[in-house]
Amino acid sequence: MEIQEFIENFAAQFDDTDEALFTADTKFKELDEWSSLTALSIIAMVDDECDVIIKGNDILNSDTIQDLFNVVVKKQKK
Amino acid sequence: MDTNYNPFSLEGKTILVTGASSGLGQATAIACARMGANMVITGRNAERLQETFNQIDAPSKVQTLADITVKDDLERLVASLPPLDGAVLCAGNSTTLPLQFGTREKFDEMFEVNFFAPIELLRLMYKKKVLQKGASVVIIASIGGTHSFMPGNGVYGASKAALNSVMKYAAREYASRKIRVNSICPGMVDTPLIHRGTITEEQLAEDAKRYPLGRYGHPEDIANGALYLLSDASSWLTGHDLVIDGGFSI
Repeated sequence: MEIQEFIENFAAQFDDTDEALFTADTKFKELDEWSSLTALSIIAMVDDECDVIIKGNDILNSDTIQDLFNVVVKKQKK
Repeated sequence: MDTNYNPFSLEGKTILVTGASSGLGQATAIACARMGANMVITGRNAERLQETFNQIDAPSKVQTLADITVKDDLERLVASLPPLDGAVLCAGNSTTLPLQFGTREKFDEMFEVNFFAPIELLRLMYKKKVLQKGASVVIIASIGGTHSFMPGNGVYGASKAALNSVMKYAAREYASRKIRVNSICPGMVDTPLIHRGTITEEQLAEDAKRYPLGRYGHPEDIANGALYLLSDASSWLTGHDLVIDGGFSI
């Protein structure tokens, strides 16, 4: 999966945030809509779309969408 | 003080505990033995089941390695069981998944472990009269699905709600043999199950603060509830879902 598709899948987990706000550099945990349920949805989305199991800590340690994408790519290579 | 007075004693009773290789099952098996029961324990992991077995100080003890979701294992287990005075069905699993990701496949996986396997075990133990007259069955359910509906717990909670429902039907039907069937509905208990990383340790610590009694449960908190339900102290109690949750669902 390319970063652009990842960003689209990431944005799809939000309901009220303007899509234009989602870029590779978006600090997603600073978004008003971010919640623990969104975090669970991101984990489930990555499992579904990328076939990779990420953990809560992977999200905790990522600031931007790019950071999380890098984690996913790294785990896919393993 | 009458030092012989102990309505919670399990002396002379033979009790089966499933899921005994970890968490609540392990704590319950150890506690039952300490109350004097003869123990039969089962679990999927040989090494961890042996660890539990080593910690059990009982008049007699047997361990059977079995994955009760596997038909052959289940039938072999039931065929090997001695007449039972009690059974604690602890084997189970959990998942944290928003409902929009809860596919039929995810529900099937969860129901297989949490619902179909223990209910089939219960059915066979009753039908083959492994459970003796007057026996007590304790099913480990959850506050999730009946008393609490936290986002992300739907797939898990639904499987536990189904267990609670069958528990009540079984209590009515099995009463003809004076067999009692109850469940325990724990809140979050500190077992390996909750430390798998979907929820971070920081989030768990924060969540524990939402419990009126200020902490998550210890496995012993639940084991002690099972001792009550297994013992003659609860002779007139059946069809009850005992909530042990530090006040969370109030």
